[in-house]
Formats: sequence, structure tokens, C-alpha cells
Amino acid sequence: MQKRRDVRIEQFFVPLLLLLRSGAPLGHAPAALVIACAPRREPSALHKLGAGSLLPLYLDSPRLESRAQALLGSGFLCPCPPHPSDNMIGAPDVVALTKEEPLQESCIDFPSLPEEYSIPLFPFANDASPWSKLSAPKFTRDFILISEFSEQVGPQPLLTIPDDGKVYENFDLNYFSLRIMSVDYQASFVGHPPGSAYPKLNFVEDSKVVLGDSKEGAFAYVHHLTLYDLEARGFVRPFCIAYITTDEDKIMQQFLEISAEFSKASECLKTGNRKAFANELEKKLKDLAYTRAVLHNEMELQIRTNDKGFYTTQAIEKANELANVEKSIIEHQDLLKQIQSYPYRKREETDFYPYEPDGSHDHTVLDSIPVTLESDEQPEDHCETGIFPRRPSYTPKFIKAKSAKCFDKKLKTLEELCDLYFFTVTVDQLTQIEKTYRGDICYLIENQIEKTLLKQLHVTNFLFEDSSLCDERNLENQYDPNLESMLDNHVPKSLEEPESLKVSASLESYKSSVESVPIKMDPDVVEDDSQETEVTESSAYDNQENSEALDVDLKGSISSGESIEILRTEKSASVLTHSESQPCLPMHSSPQVLKRKTVSKRTVSEDSIEVLSTCTSDTLIPEDFKASYPSAINEEEHVDDEEDEGLQLDTNFSLKTSTVEEYCGSENEITLASDSACCIGKESPHFLGPQSDYEQSLTGEDNVVSVPPQPFRQVDHGCHVNFSVEDGENPSVFVSGATSVNVFDPNLLSSSEACRTSVDEHSDSTSFMSSASASTDQTPSPARSVSHLSERQKRKAGQNALRFIRQYPFAQPAIYSLLSGRTLVVLGEEELIVKKLVTALSIFVPNYDTYAKPVKHWAEPPLQIMDFQRWKLIGLQRVVSSSGSNTLHFLNRYIRYASVLDADSKTLRCPLYKGTLLSKLADHRTQIKRGSTYYLHVQNMLTQLYSKAFLYCFCHCLHIPMSEKESPEDVTFRRMNYLQLQLGLAPEDVKVVQYLAELLKIHYLKECGVNVQPLLRFDYVPSILYKI
Amino acid sequence: MLRWLLGSRESQGHAEKSPVLNTGEEQTQNPYTELLVLKSHHDIVRFLVKIDEYRFASAGDDGIAFVWDVQTGEKLLELHGHTQQVTAITVLPSSEICDEQIGLILTASSDRTVIAWNCETGAQFRKISDFYATVKCLVVLQWLDVWLSGGSELRVWNRKLEHLCETNHFPDAAINALVELPKNCVAAAVGKDLVIFRLIAPSEEEENWDVHKIKCLSDHQDDIRSLININELTFVSGSLVGELIVWDSLDWTKQSSESSFWDPSSPQEAHQDIRQWSPQNDISIQHLATDGQLVFAAVGRGIYVYNIEMKRVIAFRRLAHDSNLLHIAKLPNSQLISCSEDGSVRIWEFQEKSQLTAESVPAGFFSMWGFGRTSKQASQVTKKTQDAVLLGTLELIGDLIGHSSAVQMFLHFDEHGLVTCSADHLVILWKMGERESRLRSSILFEKLEQNGGLQPKL
Repeated sequence: MQKRRDVRIEQFFVPLLLLLRSGAPLGHAPAALVIACAPRREPSALHKLGAGSLLPLYLDSPRLESRAQALLGSGFLCPCPPHPSDNMIGAPDVVALTKEEPLQESCIDFPSLPEEYSIPLFPFANDASPWSKLSAPKFTRDFILISEFSEQVGPQPLLTIPDDGKVYENFDLNYFSLRIMSVDYQASFVGHPPGSAYPKLNFVEDSKVVLGDSKEGAFAYVHHLTLYDLEARGFVRPFCIAYITTDEDKIMQQFLEISAEFSKASECLKTGNRKAFANELEKKLKDLAYTRAVLHNEMELQIRTNDKGFYTTQAIEKANELANVEKSIIEHQDLLKQIQSYPYRKREETDFYPYEPDGSHDHTVLDSIPVTLESDEQPEDHCETGIFPRRPSYTPKFIKAKSAKCFDKKLKTLEELCDLYFFTVTVDQLTQIEKTYRGDICYLIENQIEKTLLKQLHVTNFLFEDSSLCDERNLENQYDPNLESMLDNHVPKSLEEPESLKVSASLESYKSSVESVPIKMDPDVVEDDSQETEVTESSAYDNQENSEALDVDLKGSISSGESIEILRTEKSASVLTHSESQPCLPMHSSPQVLKRKTVSKRTVSEDSIEVLSTCTSDTLIPEDFKASYPSAINEEEHVDDEEDEGLQLDTNFSLKTSTVEEYCGSENEITLASDSACCIGKESPHFLGPQSDYEQSLTGEDNVVSVPPQPFRQVDHGCHVNFSVEDGENPSVFVSGATSVNVFDPNLLSSSEACRTSVDEHSDSTSFMSSASASTDQTPSPARSVSHLSERQKRKAGQNALRFIRQYPFAQPAIYSLLSGRTLVVLGEEELIVKKLVTALSIFVPNYDTYAKPVKHWAEPPLQIMDFQRWKLIGLQRVVSSSGSNTLHFLNRYIRYASVLDADSKTLRCPLYKGTLLSKLADHRTQIKRGSTYYLHVQNMLTQLYSKAFLYCFCHCLHIPMSEKESPEDVTFRRMNYLQLQLGLAPEDVKVVQYLAELLKIHYLKECGVNVQPLLRFDYVPSILYKI
Repeated sequence: MLRWLLGSRESQGHAEKSPVLNTGEEQTQNPYTELLVLKSHHDIVRFLVKIDEYRFASAGDDGIAFVWDVQTGEKLLELHGHTQQVTAITVLPSSEICDEQIGLILTASSDRTVIAWNCETGAQFRKISDFYATVKCLVVLQWLDVWLSGGSELRVWNRKLEHLCETNHFPDAAINALVELPKNCVAAAVGKDLVIFRLIAPSEEEENWDVHKIKCLSDHQDDIRSLININELTFVSGSLVGELIVWDSLDWTKQSSESSFWDPSSPQEAHQDIRQWSPQNDISIQHLATDGQLVFAAVGRGIYVYNIEMKRVIAFRRLAHDSNLLHIAKLPNSQLISCSEDGSVRIWEFQEKSQLTAESVPAGFFSMWGFGRTSKQASQVTKKTQDAVLLGTLELIGDLIGHSSAVQMFLHFDEHGLVTCSADHLVILWKMGERESRLRSSILFEKLEQNGGLQPKL
């Protein structure tokens, strides 16, 4: 540590670029601090950074100065890690700080810096090494922080993920927000650029910065982004998302990955924001048009009443005002054009599926989808033919020219800025990121190495437990059809209408869609939900809005010069009717907007946007999709993954219960609550049993999204949004619930399932097990987002397997059956016991293919021959009937295909095992105590086996005659010789290797496109009965 | 001497007594260690027919026929066209006589149609639907290049599915089985009668095809269930009441007959048997197979080997299966395969042996069973083997268990294995695991060579 401090700047070639500048167009601006240094050996690094010379250091405020000192003093100096993509536009993002950086090593042999360049110590640190672990971090685990540089109050934290106070108990979020926001990244300039008549929107790129804070013991990856807000100064609101951890290595080493993930999340936010911004502009334009009309009328009225031939001051004022409005309209139209012309190039990078307006879509489908909408519109249309139009889609408001005080107005919340849907999606993504990077860095790296290695094992990787490659493949297969079907279903009129109606729209430049937002939707879900509350909701909204508009009108208008000011006054007429009363409520207008759309589709340009919001709220963004459905194929991937969610859920639940129950008050909710409570109650060896039939049926279907049950979703919503404030009696809770339908999160669903199972398991746990699990639970282990089994599942399975081999003396023959491809039937009356055994044993089952394991957790008799072909491990219900041993009868029949483990009488009927391989794999005297360790041990042993099988399978001479003279018998002899002498395998072990080799062969042939039908291999070997 | 014989019989006797004849788990001679389940039918699968060395067709009560690749188990064709169950299926191979080289699959159905399908494309070649009754059997006379359909009448068709001629109606019975005889004759089983028809091909005198009834043989007491050719000179028929009659193919005379498959001479045995099954059911001749000299008869639950030269049964298993047999076949090697309503397929090793070979039965084998038991059987055995010079043994060497319901039929492909079809809607392809594994290895290395490495390429 000391060494670090002594590093001299001289060691670097033109080492420093210190730029501290009050760059933003706001008052006390976030300063950009860019520190670049590059070793002399790599001058090109600096060129890349665009810093050719040493720039002076400007410090515009004492506070910033001290902060800069602090930064420098901490010795946080080093080049930024290689950047994943070259999408940085603004200033070079360079601040990176680490003590154990590869680059540092190269610096060590250099002579020390002259005194004048040496950096002063961090003034507040008593400790000589402020970054050392001794300054204990004030938070227990990594979290993600979203902060904003508010133009009113300065940097402020908005939310954290996970939203759990325990995580950052003593951590000063405000201070840290200040820190991360003060490292601004670029000139996010919006406004009137010189030479341009209109304000100009910059499509600024995000920037990525790494920084550390020794005081808090925190290191952060900070991702800055800018969102547009019509009401904000310069139309921009700077935000940042930070990944905060105590382990700087994690950030430095995972920089590329983290930054890629964050970019996705940020892109999602920005997409929502652009949509919302365009939406807002639309309305604003309408207001302006209305205002212009009103002013016109007044002018004419004045002119008419006043025929004296000269203008009164009033009239002049009016004329000025009118001119201002005109100007404002032009400016806003320009802004709208700009936002709509957002470069489409981003599309490809971010996996968004662009919408193609010219309908390649089936019209019959289109017509059929909105049937419900049409029918609902009918009565409305009738109404409008009546006395007065009950429901114009958007009531333009008269805009007062007088601006409110800057600090009086309420800024939009992040949710409002980004559209609730996109916001939720982003939060999901961030949650996923948090989960992925949780835990020690070595886990992560290990996993990544494993992943890369597995990817290279084209031939054998399917055998391994978590072949992420396979998962990826599955995912691709999985969501493609979904996307397409959704696209097909949806696109419909939402986007066709604007095309046809555009002519009548007041905004000539308005395009059918603000930007190409992917449109995928599950019609039945959305429509149902929106219809339910439509009438009350919409009418309420309508009244509110009307009255508000009225209110605005009454206030009259006062002239003003600045168009910006006018913009600001628009606030009172904001669409967000509830935003004033409920400032932070996680709500956006989109639900209501959605309602209104369904009712009145007359209003044109308005409509088009609204429809968009409907669609986009159903948009499934691929990343999100990946995150939430890593495993629709594997029915139990998520089972136990989400205990945290369970916790969260519970806390949220207490807040929400009253409101939620009103709407869905089913017993589901109650059981859910109690279940999750149980989850928290005690750490017990949660058994990762398979889900109930319900979920199986869910996952069994392709289109998972269409089925999710209602109550879960509402809670789910609460879970995501609850970070802000209590929602109290706000009736719109339901609305938000309805929208969150779209954001279906299967994790929660499964978490509830997991809870349910865990309750059952609870009673079953032995003292040994619970202690073991308690010890393991304390160390947070990384949960891989795309993994066959979750870490927790693995642990549980490992524990149960460990217990199995300890309890059952015949564990080895049972495992031998599994490894030699002989189906093992676990027979028992009690589903739980059987499932537990099955899960324990499933870690020994070699995968058939890249798909799910050939494991059936619970089946009812009778079994057919197909089942033995399809499943290698079956939990079978013992039917106790009057007819007696019906189950056993057919089992006897198929006994040659299966080994039978009777869970009730604790017997095993299977072939004799005399080999040696399994004694290491399943030693009942093993010293291994922890489930996860045992799991890894099993994986290790299996990997050894796989390598043997690989050798055997791909050894040419063992299968093909060497010469023409050789008979097949000779080859067979050589083969057996190899297996028994070279590999030293006992006859039983030979069978294991042969079976695995056969799997390899079949897999390889399939990969090569050879048609291999599923087959069942078996042996005619006698079984014996093992007893305890 | 007799004791040795008794010893060998004793083992059979013992096996027969236990209701479940079990070979045990260890079947070293059973080569079928791999199976493929072919699941496409959705009703009982009754028929399997070999198209060529690599393909076979299956058909059943769902009225659909499928063509499969016996090597890979791949479904090649689906033949949809019948509205009711298929009652007969046969293959009209491509012939050298005719220019048309396409093989045809002929299927008859309860919907009173016969459809000819293109073997290669699965396209419906032609559909004949003017039958008065269901066609129950189809037979191809390759050397005349015609095929016959047997239902309520016998019709003769040529390859183009042109109706050539037909017999009169059989008012109260239908043709159940047809067999081709020398000199342009066919024998048809019509109820209890065997009717001999002669086909007259067009010649100088006769312009058209014609078919004449020549003779009616009414020796059977009950309906004829099975009818096969043994060789050029003899054919054999079996009836429901267990009569087996061997006929001369040329003059249609009865050469020999056997009806004593069931001989309740031993009261003890009779008692035992009656308790277990009804004799009536047990003696019907379910199916017949032959290797040219011997007739293998599936009689009730048992298998009997009848030597036509010696005119007597030389080996038998009275209780070969738990329920009635449905199909039996002799393999080119010494093996015999039978399948039954009990859902099992059994592989038997048939060995003809002289008295000398009989003596080689190990003593230990004999000593396993007490003398008292042997003597109980003595009277029956002596009667059966009175003047036995040659005797055969039928040893169970393996069974194939996979179907959950009656195995209707099977088809043996020499090296590709065995195909079975069953009432549980499945067709199972039984393969020799060793061989398949070797095959896969060789394909694997072929592919490796093609790909030039481990990286799989399509």
C-alpha cells in the first residue's frame, strides 16, 4: 500500500490528464474528473484516450477540490480497463482505481516520483492504507445503486437493488451518490448550440467509470446515462447506475461483463425514456396548438372590439405571447423530430426487434385481436354522439406563460421518465445482474473459466451439469418462436392506425412510432386486465384531467418571453395526474393511457402513441427474457433460487396485503404469505423438490407467458416497485398491478413454490442437515443466471445425496445403475420422500443430451417401456389398492430395465456392483460435510469418468479393425483389453464407461446430423436385493 | 437310457408346471440388448410386412400404415387412406417381367377397400372399393404377376390393379387364408373347408383370365385358422380344434394328420391343466411356421415341432407362454421365436438330437430333481416317445419384454434385429446392442474423418 503512494508520476509518460471541470449546463455541476495515466511503454494508450498533453487542472469549488484531493490521495490512479465497445462519444472515461492492477507490476521497477508529483495522502484517513480491508466496509454485500443528479437537490440516491436496508445499513448512500455523480462523464449538452436556432438534443452515449471510496470501503462501477425530460433543465436528467462492492478486483476483472450488462439495462431505460419523452412532446405540442388557438381568438376578439386603430398594451402582450407560442411549437416539433430520428443503429446491438410498419402481418390476426377493444369502443362512440363528448383522448390545456419557481416544481420520478414497463424491466435486469455477480470474485472467475472451457468441449459438454452453452442454445430456441408469435399477434392496429390517420394529425412529422419498439404481446393477458377496471378507472381519470384542465384555464395567462419557461409551466397540466400527490409512487401514466386508448381511438396522433405504450408495456426485451426464463425447459431450475425474493416478498407483502387482497383476495395470497414467512423462519435444508403439477404444466408449455396466475403477479409487482414509498390507500395500486402483468417474473412464482416445498421439507430435516445448511447459507454464493441447477439447488441436492450415501449401504449399486444407464425407479408412497431421493440421486444421472436431465420426479404407475427409454431416474408412486401389488407386478415385468429402490422398505433391487470407481464417488465414510462440496466432488469424479469415456469412445483402434485380417473379435478383445488393463476398470466399471461412450457417440452423431432415434440399451444381468 | 431321456424331459416338465416360465435375468444367448420404440400408431398394430432388406411396413386397427427404416428406426412414410382397420397387408414387389419397377404395398381394410401404395413415395397408387365384404387376405403370385384378394370371394388382379376375374360368392363363410400351390393353383381356407382353385392365364384358347374351383377338402372339424406351404410338395393347415393336416400340394390328398396335441391321458396332468386353462382354447392352432421339413405349430400356449416325414411331434413345449401364442417363426439358425398374448416374445433354441446326444445330458442336471417326480411323468413320456429315434429339444434362451399388451406379430431382419408389434400401439425394434454400438463407432469415425476433427459439422 505504501508503495502505491510512492509511485511517481514521472514513471508515466505524460502521465496525467486531470480534468476537473464544471461542465454541465446546470448550476453547481457534476464535475468531470478524468484521470488518465499510462505507462511509458504504452504511449498509444493515451492517444486512445484522446489526451495528448497535460491539461491544467481547474477546480471551481473548494468542495470539488477537496474531493479531487481525496481521490488522488487514495492513490486511485490507473488506466481504465479495455473497453468492451467503442461506443464512447463524450469525454474519455478513464477513472479507474485499483491497487492490484496488472499494470502496477510494470511500474514497480521504475524509480520513484519526484516529490512535487507525489500525491498527498487521503486527508481523512488515519490509516496509512485507506483502501485496505481494515477500514471495514459498511455494507455486507454488493448492491446496485441508482442515483440522480437532481437539479433541485443535487446528487441523490434513488433506489438500491436489492432493496434491503440490511445490505447497506451503515453505508452513506447520499455521500456515495455524491461521489459517483460528481464524476460526470461528458458534455451532455442540450440546449441552443451556437448557430442553431433550436434546442438540440444530443444522443449521448453512456459512460463507464470505475472508482473507489476508501472511506466507505466501497468500490463502484459507475454507469452514467442521461434521460430526457421536457421539464428538466436542458431537457436532460443525469442518472447513474452503480455496482457497489467491497471487492475492487471484482469490478476490475469483471469490467467487461459488468459494463455489458449495465449497458443493456441502461439501453432499456433509455428506450423507455425516449418513448415517454416523445409522448410528452406530443402532448405539449397539442397544448401549444390549443393555446395558440385560444390566443388567436382572443386577439381577434380584441381587434374586433377595439377598432380604434391602435393596439393596446394588452393586444401587444397577446401578440408577443402568440409569437412565443409559435416559436415554442416549432421548437417542440423540432425536438420531436430529433427524438424520433434517434439513430436506429443501436437496434442491432441491443437485440431489440425493430417493428416494421408496412404490414407483413396477417390482417386476419390483426382483426381478431382487438375484438374486445372494438366492442368496448362501441358504447363510447354512442356517448360521443350524445350531448358532449365524454372522453377526448387528451384535453389540450392552455399554457400559462408564467413559469413556476424552479424549485417548486416536482420533477418526474424515474419510473415516469422511463415508462413503468421499461423501468420494471430494467429493475429486473439489474436484479439479475446483482444475483449474477453476488459472491466472491473467485467463484465468478471460476465459473467463467469453466464456462469457456465447457464451450470448447463440443463433444462432451452436454454431459456436464451446467453447460451454459446448452442453456444458451435452449434459450435461443425458446424465445424465438415466442417473439415471432407475439409479433404476429400483436402488431395490429396499434401501429397501423397511426399510418392511416396520420394525415389528420396535427403534427405532420409524426411517425407511426416514436422509435422502433419491439412489439410483442400476449393478448389475453393485457386485454383482460385492462378491461376489468376500465370504466371506473378511465372515467375517474377523465374527470380528474378535465377538472385540471379547467383549473388551468381559470388561472389565465400571463405573457412571458422564454419558451423554456412556458415549458416549465406545463407542469401543472402534466399527464401524470397522480404524480403530485404521490410523488414517488412507482406509477406511470401508461396504465391509464392504456385504458384511454382502449376506449377512444378517435384522437389521432395521441392515439398512436398511446397504443405504442400499450404494446411496449408488453414488450419482452430479449435480455430480460434471458434473465427471467433461463430454463423453461428444465422444470426445476428456479425452484429454490429465490429465497431472497421470498424475504423481500414478505416484507412487501405486509405493506401491500390490504390493498392487494381487495382485488385478488384469494387464499393463494395467504398461503403465499405464510409460506414465505416459513422460508425466513429458519434455514432448513430446503429440498429442491420439483414443483407442483401446476407449475409443471406451466413449464411444460411453450408459451409460458400466457399462463401465469394472477395473484402472484401482483405480489411480484409489489416486489419490484416497492423501493419507493408506501402506497397507502392509493387506488391505483391495482392499475399498476394490472400493468405489471406484462412483466411476468417466473422467479417469484417458483420462489413461492420453493417456499411451499421448503415447508414440507422443514419437518423432515435432520439436525445434522439443518446445521450444515445453516453454515453454508451464510456465505453468499454466486447464483449463476443461466445455469442448469441453481447454486442452491446444487447444494441441496449435494446434501441429500450425501445423506443418501451415508444412510444407505447400497448407495453404490444404486449409483452404478444410474451411471450405467439402467433406469432407477424410486418407489414409495410418500411423494416428498420419493422426490427427495430422486433429487439427491439426480446429480449422478448423466445427461442424455443438451436438454433437461432424464429425470422424472414423480410418476404414477403403470410405466411403459417408453418411460424407461425416456427417463433414467423415476420417482414412482406406490399405489396401495385393494388389488395389492399392482405396481410391483409391472415392475417385475420390466425388472430387467430398471433397478428398484423401495423408499418405504428401504430395499434396492439392482445388479451387483463389484467395481471400484464408485467407492470414491460414494463413500459412506466420506469426510465431506457440506452439500456443495460433495456436489463438486461428484462433478469431479464424473468428469474423470467422462474423460475415460471420451478416450474410449474416440480411440480409433478400439473400434475399427487395424488391418483387414483382423476379425471383429480381435477388435473386441483389444477393446476389452484397453478398458480392463489400460484403464484398469472392473467389469461393472467397464459398463459405465461404455454407456457414457455410447452417449458421446450418439450425441456426436446427432450433432453431425445423423439421424439417431432415441433408444434404450439394456443388459441381461441378474439383480439382487439389497437391504439395509 | 430312458432315465436320461426322462431327465431331459423332466426339466421341461418342471418348467411347464410353473405358471411363469422364467428364463432368469441372465440371457447370454439373447443378442437383443437395445431397443427402439416406434410410436406412431394409435391403435392395435396387427401387421408387419417386410418391404426389402431395410424397410418394413406396419399396419393396424387405426387404418394407418407406416413404413419404417429398420436400421435407424426412422419413420419413412405414412399411408393414410383407410377409414377402418387394416385387415391384410402385403407387398407387391417390383417385377422384372413388367416394366414398372415400383414396388407396391397393398392394404385391405374393413372399409371394404384395397389400396395400393407406392413403396417409395407413399402416394396412393390406386384404390379399389367395389368389394362386397372385407378382404381378409391378400396373396401375390409372383410368377404369374398377379395378386389375389380373398374375402367373400376370390378375386384376381394384375399389377395395374385391373380386375381379371373372380370366383363365386361364398355365402356363409369368407376366405380366411390363401396359399399358393403349384400348377397355378391356390388353396383357400373357407370356414372348415379347404378349397382348391386353379387360375387360367390367357393363352391361345382363352382370351381372359379365369379361375375355377377344383376341389373342396372338408377334413377339418372346425374353422381353419392357419394355412402354409411347407415345401414344393406339401402344405399344411391347422384348425381351431387342434387338427393339423399335411396335404400333398399336387394331388391335394391328406398325407398325415395330428390332432393329439392335447392328450389328457394322465389324469394328474389333466386335473392340473383344467385348473389352469380351458382345453378348448389351448388346442387351437394359432399359427404355423416351417423350415421346409418341420412344422412349428403354435398350439394354444404351447409350441409343437412336427416332423412331416416321421409324421409325429418330435419336440414340444406345452406351456411356452402364459397365454395363447399369436405368431411363431423359425430363424435360419436353430432359433425359434414366438410371441404371445401375454406380451412377451420368446426365443427358443431348437435342437434335433439323437439318443446319443440325449445321453450327453449332464448327470448333475438329472440329480437336481428327485426320482419320485420323474416316475410320475414316466407314463406320459414313454407314450409320447414310444419309438423315438430322433428327438428334439426346445430350450428357452431368452425373452424380449417390452410390450405391455399382446404381441401380435413380429418380423425378423437378419442383422438388423427383430420388429414386434403389439396391441399397446407400439412397434418395437429390437437390436443387437453390440452390433449397433460397433456401427455407431464406425459412423463416428467416418464423420470424424469428414469433419477433420472433433468439431461437429452438419
